[in-house]
Formats: sequence, C-alpha cells, structure tokens
Amino acid sequence: MTAVVEARGLGKQYHRNWALADCTLSIPAGHVVGLVGPNGAGKTTLLNLATGMLAPTTGAIEVLGARPASGPAQLARVGYLAQDAPVYAGLSVADHLRLGAHLNPGWDGGLARGRIERLGLDPGQKAGSLSGGQRAQLALTLTIAKRPELLILDEPVSSLDPLARREFLQELMEAVADQDLSVVLSSHLISDLERVCDYLIVLVGSRVQVAGPVEELLATHHLLSGPRRDPATLPGGQHVVSASHTDVQTTLLVRTKDPILDPAWTVSEVGLEDLVLAYMSQAAAGGRRRNHLQEVPR
Amino acid sequence: MIQFHLDGRSGVAPYMQLIHQVRQALRLGLLREGDQLPKVKDVAAGLAINPNTVLKAYRELEYEGLVAARPGVGTFVTGTLSGASLAAHGPLRRDLRQWLSRARQAGLDDESIEALFASTFRSAAEEDIA
Repeated sequence: MTAVVEARGLGKQYHRNWALADCTLSIPAGHVVGLVGPNGAGKTTLLNLATGMLAPTTGAIEVLGARPASGPAQLARVGYLAQDAPVYAGLSVADHLRLGAHLNPGWDGGLARGRIERLGLDPGQKAGSLSGGQRAQLALTLTIAKRPELLILDEPVSSLDPLARREFLQELMEAVADQDLSVVLSSHLISDLERVCDYLIVLVGSRVQVAGPVEELLATHHLLSGPRRDPATLPGGQHVVSASHTDVQTTLLVRTKDPILDPAWTVSEVGLEDLVLAYMSQAAAGGRRRNHLQEVPR
Repeated sequence: MIQFHLDGRSGVAPYMQLIHQVRQALRLGLLREGDQLPKVKDVAAGLAINPNTVLKAYRELEYEGLVAARPGVGTFVTGTLSGASLAAHGPLRRDLRQWLSRARQAGLDDESIEALFASTFRSAAEEDIA
C-alpha cells in the first residue's frame, strides 16, 4: 500500500530559523494520525508542506505517491481544513455547498446536503453568524464532501468547547468509518486525540521526536522505577526517554522492543499522555541545554 | 441492541473495554445468540473513537468464537458465556442480596464489602489451584 505521507530529510527554513528540520516519515494508509506538539513546534509547517502550500527548503515530500499540489487530480485527492475553520462570513451555508460543487470535480452533493440537514444547520444562514462549532462542522462537511483520500486537519478542535469538540470528532469518525479515508490531524493537546488516533507523531522544536502506531508505542515504552542507578549502565536496546532521580530512587521512561528482565526494576505501563509529555519535556530540556552551550563562547 | 460506553480514566484500552462489555452482556443474558452488535460506524460515531478500535474488538470476539461477521450485514452473536448457568442467576442473586444485608447490619460500608468479597474471591481461587 502506498504511504499517505512520505518525507525524506524534509526541512523548511524561514530566514535563519528552521521551522521544520530533518523530517523523515512514512505514514501508512488507513490511519487516523495525530500530529502532536507544543505551539510553534512546526506542525502547521509540516501540514502546509503536505498540502503543497509551502515548498521545502531541503529534502522531499510525497503525498499519496505524488508531489503535493502537482495538478488538479492530486488536489482533488487531498482535503484540507486550515486552523480555525475559515469560511466566507458573507456567504450562506447553501452558498458554501454551491461553491464546493463548482470547485471540486468529485463533489458529493447528497452527502453534503445530508450532513447539513443532520447537523441542523439552516441553509439560508450566513456563515459569519454560525457558532464556532457550527462553523467547524460546515468546514468539515465541505472537506469531506469533496471525497478526498486523505484529510488534513490543522488544530480542528483546539478552539471549540468540549461539546462541540466531541460532536466534531463524532462526525469525523463516522466519515472515517464510512469512506476509505486516511486522516492527519494536529493538536497541542493529546487528550483531544487519544480516542481517535491510531498513529502518532510527536513534533517538538522543529523535529520529529517519535512516530508510530499508537499500539506499538504503548507496547514498547515502559516506566521503570528502582534503586538509584546511572541510566548509562542500562542494556544496549533500552533507549532512555526521560529520567528522574532522588537520593535513593531512579525513575526512567525507556523505549525498547525487548522485555525488561532486570528484577531490580518495578515495571509499569505508560499512558499515551505521559508518553507524549516525556518526549516533549525531553526535547525542551535538550533545547535549553543547546542554548546554554551556544551562549558560552560569548 | 446493547450500547457501549467508555471510561476514559480506567486505564483499560478502549478496545478491551468494548470486549468486556460484550462479554458482560453475554453473561447477563442481555445479548443472546443471533443478536446483532452495534454497527462499527455507529459505535465510532457515537463514542467518537477510531473505527479501527471497534473493528479490533469485534475481530477479537470473533476469534474467541463469540460473534461472527456477515459481510455487508453486520456482526452477530454466535456463542454464549452464560450457558445453562443463566437459570442459576436468580437464586444466586437472592442469596447474595441476603448476604449483603447481613454485611450491612454488621456495620460494613461499601468499600469494606468490596474488599471482603475480593479477598475471599482471591483466596478461594488460590485454594482451587492448590
């Protein structure tokens, strides 16, 4: 099966800053992919590279086996919902559907009308007077009704209240179940994504920290606690993600494919949120250390 | 038709929660042979969870011989967990209620009752093994 997104050494530079650096990824089809990271980590840059709205500075990216936005056929295969679900405030809900029908060759008018009806949106209402949740649902309807193979959503639920958030994700999951659809969605909150994503990419400080199927990530990360110990003395296959020590105790989050055999450790499972937070704080600490080293020569 | 729910704080993987709920419904006789499980699309939309999670739960139940998928129609119950024991539920429930009211009269609160049941259950299971 073709990868939905394949990136090799992908990077994007603005002036002297790298918004995304050295990104190598291969996301298989048929997943709902969560792209998680703090604000400013490079999530939107990666998504804009995938939609073809940005050109890479280094490396290459392919989406559904072709260069992003390389032609009308490629554009029709990818649906994109930008941050804050932009709609035309002066146009009515029905106008938006007409617009969608004229701009998209594969437009599914029945699907769009059915969803609008089910959501209880008034076709005559101006989009500018819709609530945040309704606006997001209208924008989602437009991207789903173009019948894409891949749906890219940038922070789709971050600005919604909890009920609107749940309703948005319900609609999204129904579309995933109904159509042969892969999804990549970004968020700075893992709790938004925990139920819906089965593949996760953690992006911090312009770099991909970890990526893989959620189940595999959970199965290969373990929380170890035991008597104080230097993490450098661990077996080779155990990669330390985070470490904390007291005077007598050491707690480690390690990634390994092998079972933990050392009886000195108490091993517990890690939840997705803790796993993501560990990678985020590790990257943040690494960034602080690098900055510190850079300051020394001055 | 049963309805699934998810406990976000339980720490149990969502697909396992779905499996537990089907097994529980089979044990209590809420689901019987021939009954249909909720459609994958409806569960995904209702709970806002990934459809692959639902599929995984249904595949696992199929592997256990409890349900079977009919392509294009749905997933149906083919096995049972209660068997002939379902008839015994009524009298056992009556005994348990009597025991519970005795425990309350003796001054045990909810937590103490649960703890007593759990520890007795465990020690009885250990004796069976030994």
